Amino acid sequence: MSANTVLYDHPGPRARVRNALLTVVFGVALAGLLWWVYAKFDQAGQWEGALWQPFTEGATWTQFILPGLRQTLFAALTGMVLSLAFGIIFAVGRLSERRWISIPAGAVVEFFRAVPLLLMIFFIFYGVPFLIQGPVPAFWAVVAGLTLYNGSVLAEAFRAGIRSVPSGQSEAAYAVGLRKSQVMRLILIPQAARAMLPVIVSQLVVLLKDTALGYIVAFPELMQRGVNDLAANRGNIVAAAIVAAAIYIVINSLLSTLANWLDQRSQRRGFRAQRRIATGANRAGGVSVVEPQG
Amino acid sequence: MHVFADPTNFDAYVSSFLWILKLTGASAVLALVLGVLLAAMRVSPVPVLRGFGAAWVNIFRNTPLTLVIFFCFFGLYSTLGLSLVDDLDLNNFWLGVIGLSAYTAAFVCEALRSGVNTVPAGQAEAARAIGLTFAQTLRIVVLPQATRSVVAPLGSILIALCKNATIVGTIGLMESSNVMKDLINSNGDAVIPIFLVFAGTFAAFLIPTGYFFGWLANRLAVKR
Repeated sequence: MSANTVLYDHPGPRARVRNALLTVVFGVALAGLLWWVYAKFDQAGQWEGALWQPFTEGATWTQFILPGLRQTLFAALTGMVLSLAFGIIFAVGRLSERRWISIPAGAVVEFFRAVPLLLMIFFIFYGVPFLIQGPVPAFWAVVAGLTLYNGSVLAEAFRAGIRSVPSGQSEAAYAVGLRKSQVMRLILIPQAARAMLPVIVSQLVVLLKDTALGYIVAFPELMQRGVNDLAANRGNIVAAAIVAAAIYIVINSLLSTLANWLDQRSQRRGFRAQRRIATGANRAGGVSVVEPQG
Repeated sequence: MHVFADPTNFDAYVSSFLWILKLTGASAVLALVLGVLLAAMRVSPVPVLRGFGAAWVNIFRNTPLTLVIFFCFFGLYSTLGLSLVDDLDLNNFWLGVIGLSAYTAAFVCEALRSGVNTVPAGQAEAARAIGLTFAQTLRIVVLPQATRSVVAPLGSILIALCKNATIVGTIGLMESSNVMKDLINSNGDAVIPIFLVFAGTFAAFLIPTGYFFGWLANRLAVKR
C-alpha cells in the first residue's frame, strides 16, 4: 500500500478484508477478460506459429520494421525541429506590439490548431499538386501537416510560457539597456522554454504518434512498412499491429518518462507550493494553460 | 463555390460532418464514463485496480490513434469477427467509437488525476478526520473540487477528440476528410475553396468551443 496517499487511512482489519475481496473479484474478472480475448484469438487461429514466426526472421526486421521505424523517426525529427521553429516565430509574432504582426500571427495559430491533421495532410497531398502542377512527396505532406499543427500548439505553449515569466524580469532587462529583441531572446524565451519544457516534450510525443497518419498517403513509415506491407506478405495483420504498437509504446514511454523527469526537476526549484494530494500524475495537466493535444 | 451548389456534393458535405458530430458525441460520453472509472481505479487502495488503470493509460496514451482504429477494424472486426450491426457504415462507426473512446479515456483519466493533484491535501485529511470512507472522500470532497480545475484540460480533450474523429475515415467511413479528398480529386480547379470550407467548418465550431471552455474554466475555478 503506498503510504504517502492522503485519500484513505491505513487499512484496518475490515478495510483489509474488503480490499482483499475487491482484489480477488477484480482479479478474477480481469483474468476472465484476458482469457476471453485469448480464446477469441485462439478461435480465429491468431496464435498459430506461422503468424508470429516472421518476427524471428531477420528479414522481417531489416526489410520492413526497421526501415519503417527509421522513416518514422526521421519524419518525427524533421517535424519536431520545424514545429519548434514555427512555434517560437508565431509565439513571438502573436506577442508583438504591432497589430499588423500580432493579429495575422494569432489567426494563423488559431486556424491551424482547429483543423484536423488528417484534413491538412489530405489537402497538402491531394490538393496542393493541383496548385503547383506537380506531385508533393508523401514525406513532405506528412511533415508539413505535422509542422503546421504541432507548431501552432507549441506557439500557444510558448506564448503562455513567455507570459508566465514575472514582469520584473523584462523590466530589469530594459533597465540595464537591452533592446526589445534582446529581452525576448536573452531573458524571456530561455525562462519560458524551461517552464514549458514538460508540455513541449508531451507535444513531441503527440507528434511522433501522429507520424502514423503517414500510412494513409503511403509514406513508408512504421505503420505502412511494419503493419500494412508486412501483413500483405505474411497475412499476419493482428500480430504485426501488436508488434508495431509495442514499438510505439516503448519509444513514447521513454519520451514521457523524460517529460515527467523534467517536470519534477523544474518543480523542485522555485518556491514551495502548498501541499497537494499526490497521485503521481503529471502536474502539467492541471496547471499549465496549454494542454498537449492529439 | 460552384462545387457546393451541386446538391450531391452539398449533401456529402453535410453528412460528413454529421458523422463527425455523432462520433464526437458518442465517444465523448463513453470516454468520460470510462475515464472517471479509470481515474478512480488509479487512486484506489487496491493494487490490482491501480495496475489495471496504469496499464490502460500507458498502452492507449502511447499508441497512435491511427493504429488503435486500424486494430479495431482489422483486429476486432475482420479477424476476430466482432460485428456490432449489419449495416457496414454503422458498424464502422461503432468500431470507430470503441477506438476513440478507449484512446480518449486514457487522456480523461490523466486529466482527472492531475486535477486531484491540485486539491490541497488538507481537504482530504479533513474528510478522513470526520470519518468519510474512500468513496465518500472522493465523491463529496475531492472530485467536486478536482472537476472544476480540469474543465480547461477536458475542453482541450473534447476538441482533440472532435478532430481525431476524422481518423475513423481511415477505415472507410465517409467523414469530412474522405469527402474532402474525393471533392478535391473531382474538382481540381477549386482546391482552395474546398479546403477552406472543410477546414473553416472545423474552425467555426472548435475555436468558439475553445474560448467557451476557457471562460467556463475561469468561472468555475476554485478560489484559493
